[in-house]
Amino acid sequence: MTLPPALVAPVDFAPLWLIERAARTIFSSVLRAHPDLFERLGEYRQTRYLFCPLDLPLNFLVVPASKTVHVSRKTQRPVSDACIEGPLVLLLGLLEGRCDADALFFSRELSVTGDMEAMLALRNALDDSAIDLPGEIGSLAGPLAPLVAGAARYVRKRALEGRDATWN
Amino acid sequence: MELICPAGTPSAFREAVDAGADAVYCGFRDETNARNFPGLNFSRPELKESIGYAGKRGVQTFVALNTFMRAGSEALWYKAADDAVELGADALILADFGLMAYVAEKYPDQRLHVSVQASASNRDAIQFLVEAFGAKRVVLPRILTVQDIARLTRQIDCEVEVFAFGGLCVMAEGRCSLSSYATGKSPNMNGVCSPASHVKYRRDGDTMVSELGAYTINRFGPDEASGYPTLCKGRFEIGETHGYAFEDPVSLDVVDHIEALREAGVSALKIEGRQRGKAYVAEVVSSLKKALSAQPAERSALVARLRSMSEGQRTTSGAYDKRWR
Repeated sequence: MTLPPALVAPVDFAPLWLIERAARTIFSSVLRAHPDLFERLGEYRQTRYLFCPLDLPLNFLVVPASKTVHVSRKTQRPVSDACIEGPLVLLLGLLEGRCDADALFFSRELSVTGDMEAMLALRNALDDSAIDLPGEIGSLAGPLAPLVAGAARYVRKRALEGRDATWN
Repeated sequence: MELICPAGTPSAFREAVDAGADAVYCGFRDETNARNFPGLNFSRPELKESIGYAGKRGVQTFVALNTFMRAGSEALWYKAADDAVELGADALILADFGLMAYVAEKYPDQRLHVSVQASASNRDAIQFLVEAFGAKRVVLPRILTVQDIARLTRQIDCEVEVFAFGGLCVMAEGRCSLSSYATGKSPNMNGVCSPASHVKYRRDGDTMVSELGAYTINRFGPDEASGYPTLCKGRFEIGETHGYAFEDPVSLDVVDHIEALREAGVSALKIEGRQRGKAYVAEVVSSLKKALSAQPAERSALVARLRSMSEGQRTTSGAYDKRWR
């Protein structure tokens, strides 16, 4: 599933600093909740990982060690050590371990380039971390947490319908 | 028959237990096991916790120490065996005769399984391991037909475990040197087949090119399902021909042979895939668990969805029914 154009269009006009701030906030929240992710990443926490959602006009450059996220427009491709490309929904599904990376690779829905050891370490670290993105996003919404998390879970369920495994 | 399930991380381990595994196999985060990939495997505390989680639910834990010891560094393997025993592993899966001897001598009550990496596939080889080291179970290489397996189980004094689902290797398990040839590292000695450090993917127009070391392994067209970048699954030009020289990118699925394997005296079915994510583990384990208790006619439908998660998105019954080329 790819994002509908109506959802993508506003991203073209949104200021980068705002998107980057939101991405950093969520990233920091995830790292706080899952310190084990660093331990499993080992030496690859210094790696510059580039995430390229195919249905979004943005790239996300993430360096776990420095807890940084840089957002750039698709017109620029930042220097990275390892890069993964695919529809946003599947990238988020991988982040939560809801989709199997090898299966998506076999079906050609994902493509990876660069340092494969670093990519494998990230995949395995994420897979073990049991990240719950709707929960993380909800936790940033203060009193609206249950509402926001619930809405995000609904969106996730619809987006990954038939794609995610029945894991616990 | 028992269902023996893979786990590369504690999360995958819990998924396997909750999905209905009878036993889960896993390894330490080092070269003592044949899935020594970055970010994968268990620390000692993680294994202890996982064994406890499984034990409370009546599920066994097998620890794979199935690489061959490197001369001069045996202590790494001995320590791994000591720790696995101390942490309460229900069985150790071993390939190296020296390590089997160490475990048999130091821990005579510890259950010892012969890894597929030991490549024990005939009566004499298996009986030797049973008599010399007290092996209780042998994991057979994926080179035998169901009829071969039935003949063998009647001739040996230990249980038999066979692979039922997941990745396939060439017909020389534990002795394959293709990865060593291309990269200097092998699953047998380093725990890595076609190590990620030597793998590259690049785009060439609409084509995805996979490379291992200095070798181009494959070129996948835009709509073509891809496979792992191993030499054995490579597509090469040989003389006038162009194609898969060793084997196709395809996974094993012997669900259609469950009854025959049961009648052949097989004690346990193994799922390959410690390198796969927890979503895969949960899906495959629960599907195979249902298939095991389903009527034979219902089984294929239960596991059909798994094909899309498999290498090359195709499955085969491999050598089990001899149609394998």
